[in-house]
Amino acid sequence: MAAAINDFSLQVATVNGSGSQSANTVLLRTLFQMGVPVSGKNLFPSNIAGLPTWYSIRASRDGWVARKREIDLLVAMNPETAREDVAGLAPGTPVIFDEALGLQSTRGDLQWYPVPFDTLVAPVAPEAKLRKLLRNMVYVGTLARLLDLEWPEVERAIGRVFKGKAKAVALNVAAARAGHEHAAAFERRPPFGASRLDATGGLILVDGNTAAAHGAVFGGVTVLAWYPITPSSSLAEALIDSLEAHRRDPAGQPSYAVVQAEDELAALGMVLGAGWAGARAMTATSGPGISLMGELAGLGYYAEVPAVIWDVQRVGPSTGLPTRTQQGDVLSTAFLSHGDTAHPLLLPGSVEECFTFGHEAFDLAERLQTPVFVLSDLDLGMNQWMARPFQYPARPMDRGKVLSAEALEKQGSFARYRDVDGDGIGWRTLPGTVHPRAAYFTRGTGHDDQAGYSEKPDVYRQNLERLTRKLDGARTLLPAPVRSGAAGARVGLLAYGSSDPAVQESRAQLASERGLATDYLRVRAWPFAPEVAEFVASHQRTYVVEQNRDGQLAGLLKLDLDPAAAARLRPLARTDGLPLDARSVSEAILSQEERHP
Amino acid sequence: MSTQAPTAPAGVRQNRLGLLSADYKGGKTTLCAGCGHNAISERILEAYFDLGIPPEQVAKFSGIGCSSKTPAYFMSRSHAFNGVHGRMPSLATGALVANRTLHGIGVSGDGDSASIGVGQLVHLVRRNVPLVYVVENNGVYGLTKGQFSATADPGSTLKGGTVAELPAIDLCALAIQLGASYVGRSFSGDKKQLSALLRGAIAHGGTALLDVLSPCVTFNDHEGSTKSFAWVKEHDEPLHELSFVPAFEDISVDYDPGTTREVTLHDGSRLRLHKLGSEHDPHDRSGAMVRLLAAQAAGEVLTGLLFVDPAAPSLPERLGLPEAPLATLPPEAVRPPPEVLEAINAALR
Repeated sequence: MAAAINDFSLQVATVNGSGSQSANTVLLRTLFQMGVPVSGKNLFPSNIAGLPTWYSIRASRDGWVARKREIDLLVAMNPETAREDVAGLAPGTPVIFDEALGLQSTRGDLQWYPVPFDTLVAPVAPEAKLRKLLRNMVYVGTLARLLDLEWPEVERAIGRVFKGKAKAVALNVAAARAGHEHAAAFERRPPFGASRLDATGGLILVDGNTAAAHGAVFGGVTVLAWYPITPSSSLAEALIDSLEAHRRDPAGQPSYAVVQAEDELAALGMVLGAGWAGARAMTATSGPGISLMGELAGLGYYAEVPAVIWDVQRVGPSTGLPTRTQQGDVLSTAFLSHGDTAHPLLLPGSVEECFTFGHEAFDLAERLQTPVFVLSDLDLGMNQWMARPFQYPARPMDRGKVLSAEALEKQGSFARYRDVDGDGIGWRTLPGTVHPRAAYFTRGTGHDDQAGYSEKPDVYRQNLERLTRKLDGARTLLPAPVRSGAAGARVGLLAYGSSDPAVQESRAQLASERGLATDYLRVRAWPFAPEVAEFVASHQRTYVVEQNRDGQLAGLLKLDLDPAAAARLRPLARTDGLPLDARSVSEAILSQEERHP
Repeated sequence: MSTQAPTAPAGVRQNRLGLLSADYKGGKTTLCAGCGHNAISERILEAYFDLGIPPEQVAKFSGIGCSSKTPAYFMSRSHAFNGVHGRMPSLATGALVANRTLHGIGVSGDGDSASIGVGQLVHLVRRNVPLVYVVENNGVYGLTKGQFSATADPGSTLKGGTVAELPAIDLCALAIQLGASYVGRSFSGDKKQLSALLRGAIAHGGTALLDVLSPCVTFNDHEGSTKSFAWVKEHDEPLHELSFVPAFEDISVDYDPGTTREVTLHDGSRLRLHKLGSEHDPHDRSGAMVRLLAAQAAGEVLTGLLFVDPAAPSLPERLGLPEAPLATLPPEAVRPPPEVLEAINAALR
């Protein structure tokens, strides 16, 4: 059998806290530096050290970056899970494993590559405590030999990962070399390999949380209030690092404030206080934090205070699977809080969009004077993705309708919630505006257009109607959906967020394997743009692919569409905590399409 | 804006900005006649008027409850944010970090601060957010018609005879233990003491917690209540007699260091503590705790300046914030130039 070049997925099964992350990043970077499209996904437990963890790396000459369901090659390092890891493999799968585990006896139909990790690592590291960390670098070397990775790129990647720290680099290179030399004795090569391509030139490799953080820095964020929660903590931490590096003046004075709050309620309270005072303020959280923010989110909506809330979604309900991915907060976030509350949602589908929405969310929040929720997820936020370099914001910041003392003096008076422009958005003044008529009383209680307390039925109703007008106007302000595929296909696919790579790959599978042509609309915001209804109306069936149980975005669509269009929707929701793979999408679509010959 | 001070009719008092007390007025109160909260609102607006702080530079914050309605009843020329129950501290923290030039005042109640919002109060105090934090403490939930709050003293009764059984939360003791930098207790009926403590709080640079006993005339002013006017009047034990000398009054009056202690506050204003009985050192955190516990055991209401640390760094100071408000920094100060993004991209290649 000829070796498949640049088209394989390998899975590393190890124990968390053992330094495997560095080894896996070296593998990922080596392939990337060889010009081979890659993606890396960390499937980790909610634990600091000692529990099983898996890392999957996919190389794809065609550029597919979704998780591949099949495992083409396994590195079995974890004695606790090794037998189970091996049991699920397809016949013939190559397995690199710790010789001491004696796995060969479990199955006769696999391709075994025993590596005596302890023996190899002992001469490299005299200190026992380093050996545990360096063992993982040994499999990097072994894989480099078996997969034909270019050795200079391996060394360069080690230099990158250990940031050029000479001693660490030398030790890790030595460990990798030990694995590399050991593998020279293997007679059989796996039916996979890598070879230099030119498909990653100019690209960057980054996770969505870091991208979002840089986006916020270029969006002029001035206040970050946050509470640690997986998988959003690394967004806040990356933001703190980026602010520290890029947002101090020559004298060292910061143009920002960071407050680690006591909980998510306080985090959103601080963001609303800061937004009210005129700052570009944000927080980052995940589902449980979103739940806690409910009451304050309603205050932000009703008092009309700009705020940016990143929800890096994880698996619920409750504590759920806190280190796994899901698109489970769509409905709860859209209507977060009691009463008739609704919030604009932004749905980034790539790390590039994490960056773009990272700054655009502030423009939208200030323009619309309302909390804007950006729904990322663990897969997008914490895993490494290839991307085009971040683009500098094309437009100046939009600070929205803020009335200065001079403008107020000119017009004589103002009413905070009066719809003077017909878009449902009033003018606001900032506290500290030096004008005797600048002040208004912000409240979560019923209010008239001058912000005065009111329980009058008409005043209440008219205020709510204005808020509806405001959110309706957002349909054309928010990021428009992205359409691809030939018009005229009978079948439409609709998806969002981190489902995009799997859906794109699935479309290629459907077309090449079954001759099924599809159109694809990737939704990037709610309330939906007018194109969404047009898309659904122009296809016999539209599959709504999403990573949750209940078809949450499909639910939002049903609320929005007329009944005839809604009947064309085919919710295709699935969730098991793993990032979506193309094969599962294709199978689910085909099983329904078979009923429509 | 005109730089010339407006002229007022004879007999109408102006402050040093040339503003009239009417410029500090609020809306009409909707609280019960005789409510202690109204007196506190009066003291608050007087203090800002007398200190000559422009109302536009003041930001008012509150949560939910009778007390939290009061920012509508003083200083209508100041922006106000009436938030949700127990979360006023976080709103104030965000706003005062976004614009450190604002004079923040928060008005809360014992339900808002000692029960639902006790967590936010705790962390506000720890951060030393520059906020005057007035708790209008009457031991009951007024707006929901008279249930006990967590500051009700054990043994105190409701109108219907229900007896409070759990220990009361002493917000002053709590704040002192948390490292608060300005802690005072007063009584809505003690105009002189409350005025001095409020002015000191405004002059202070960090969180100034004032626990002000403010009897609820409707639900908690009966015999058997330890938060009634009569009870508080009878059991009030002032630590000292207080007077306030603002920074702009550059006068030095001789005082007897044997009987009077002077505390210089953040902005240069001074609080004078005239001895009554045994001397209280307001810089002694543990001493203040001892006095509070002793008073509690004796059934006394200890009032006055319990503790102050004028040098404690405030949150904006700890964050090293610029003097100019973050909220209105120009775009070039908050959006790095393209070459910074190019460097970020290069590092990710």
